[in-house]
Amino acid sequence: MDELPIRSGDDVVRVRQSVRNAAADNGLSLVDQTKLVTAASELARNTLVHGGGGMARVEVVKSATGRVGVKLYFTDEGPGIPDIELALTDGWTTGTGLGLGLSGARRLVDEFELTSKPGAGTSAVVVKWSR
Amino acid sequence: MERVPILTIGQTLFVSIQIDLQDESVIRLQEDLAEELAATGAHGVIIDITAVEIVDSFVGRMLTTIGSISRLFDAETVLVGMRPAVAITLTELGLSLRGVRTALNAEKGLEILNGKS
Amino acid sequence: MKVDTANDRMAAFLRDNHDKVVGRWSELAMASVRGRTSLEEVRRELEDLCALIVRVLSRADEHAAGELTAALDELSRSRARDGFTPGETALGVFSLKEAVYELVADAADLVPEFLSFSRMVDDLGLRTFEAYSAAREQIIGDQSAAMLELSTPVVRLWEGIIAVPLVGMLDSARTQLVMEKLLDTLVATGADHAVIDITGVPTVDTEVAQHLLKTVSAARLLGAKCIISGIRPQVAQTIVSLGIEFGDIATKASLADALALALHQAGMKVVPL
Repeated sequence: MDELPIRSGDDVVRVRQSVRNAAADNGLSLVDQTKLVTAASELARNTLVHGGGGMARVEVVKSATGRVGVKLYFTDEGPGIPDIELALTDGWTTGTGLGLGLSGARRLVDEFELTSKPGAGTSAVVVKWSR
Repeated sequence: MERVPILTIGQTLFVSIQIDLQDESVIRLQEDLAEELAATGAHGVIIDITAVEIVDSFVGRMLTTIGSISRLFDAETVLVGMRPAVAITLTELGLSLRGVRTALNAEKGLEILNGKS
Repeated sequence: MKVDTANDRMAAFLRDNHDKVVGRWSELAMASVRGRTSLEEVRRELEDLCALIVRVLSRADEHAAGELTAALDELSRSRARDGFTPGETALGVFSLKEAVYELVADAADLVPEFLSFSRMVDDLGLRTFEAYSAAREQIIGDQSAAMLELSTPVVRLWEGIIAVPLVGMLDSARTQLVMEKLLDTLVATGADHAVIDITGVPTVDTEVAQHLLKTVSAARLLGAKCIISGIRPQVAQTIVSLGIEFGDIATKASLADALALALHQAGMKVVPL
């Protein structure tokens, strides 16, 4: 399991590379790799810009049926998201005009879990399985 | 920070993105292009993303913005060489990049700019 | 009697009577093989299995159990590949009980050992069943994928014009495959026109329409102009009643009409000789 800090733009690039390596090494097709890395980019950026910085974890997982997958965790201690349902609708943006990209990221992965409380930070967990 | 070079050939600006761009570089590219368009009065911009493996919503929006900025300078932007995996992902993300023309490669991109298509 | 002691005694018995056990086991197992493999091959397989079983019974080393499981899984997989039913494979394993029973029948003091041994063989047989199911699932999955591939051809209609004739239901899995093949073909052929023919798609509802729109959107990112053809009268009415908008995507009733339009857009026309 890889643990990566997200404190700068360069960190976001590093997260992308780490996720790409994990996806490629674990049998995800090229399209699935691209989707997962793109989702990771959205979530990492969200952690940095909206969450004030945080951390990412990359883990290789196995399903009950023996399928291999890549699991990503993104956590921050930022202001949190007051209305998650709203944040997950397309086109929702923060005051800075940088759309959260969360709804898009959700469509790119197989499993998506978002927990956030105002004042208590945000945590996003996603999984992409190999076929 | 990596700065993406902009080539001027005749009336066209060429940009070839070769690496995984950091957000700052993306913003810088946008600014540089606006300046070059104003300075050269170019009629067209070709952005080659053949080597780009990931286009997320940030870069996607930059591309649309560049399209809008170019139009203000009466120039057209053509995005060329998008990889199939990237196109499928962008579509899933919900980005259609309607503000820019697209083509398979720089050659076809030029044909569009020169009005042959 | 404690299970461990019972198993030790059984292990010893099997070791001492190795040839007889394996020989009889092979004979009995042949019945469920129905002539599809030779006695020698069966004997070889069972020889290895028997040795592993003895190791597990005598708890000789910690790897024995894992190796036995792996050997059984491999046996199930190869039997599945060769078209044997799971029953046949399991029966082959269960016949070990019979083989051993015949030999211990006279030795009355090995009854408790045999009971615990019998339970163990039952578990092994069940395991082959489960492994077999998993193997068949894998084969079915692979075949489904292959069928999906075959039913999604992308053809070249003309210089710069390709067509995707869709036949069957268009669900999200199929759409993914269609998009991948369509886009890869665009890159490979350098085409700038794509005709997506839906004559063979039985129902076009909001979901199918969205899949089509996604496909067109993706193709456009590669600079291709798309035309949707094969709109049947019923389908046209459904689309309108559902309020589905195809926007600026050209749609035509037939593939022929779409080809004519694509040729026109490509700046070509067909003239008689």
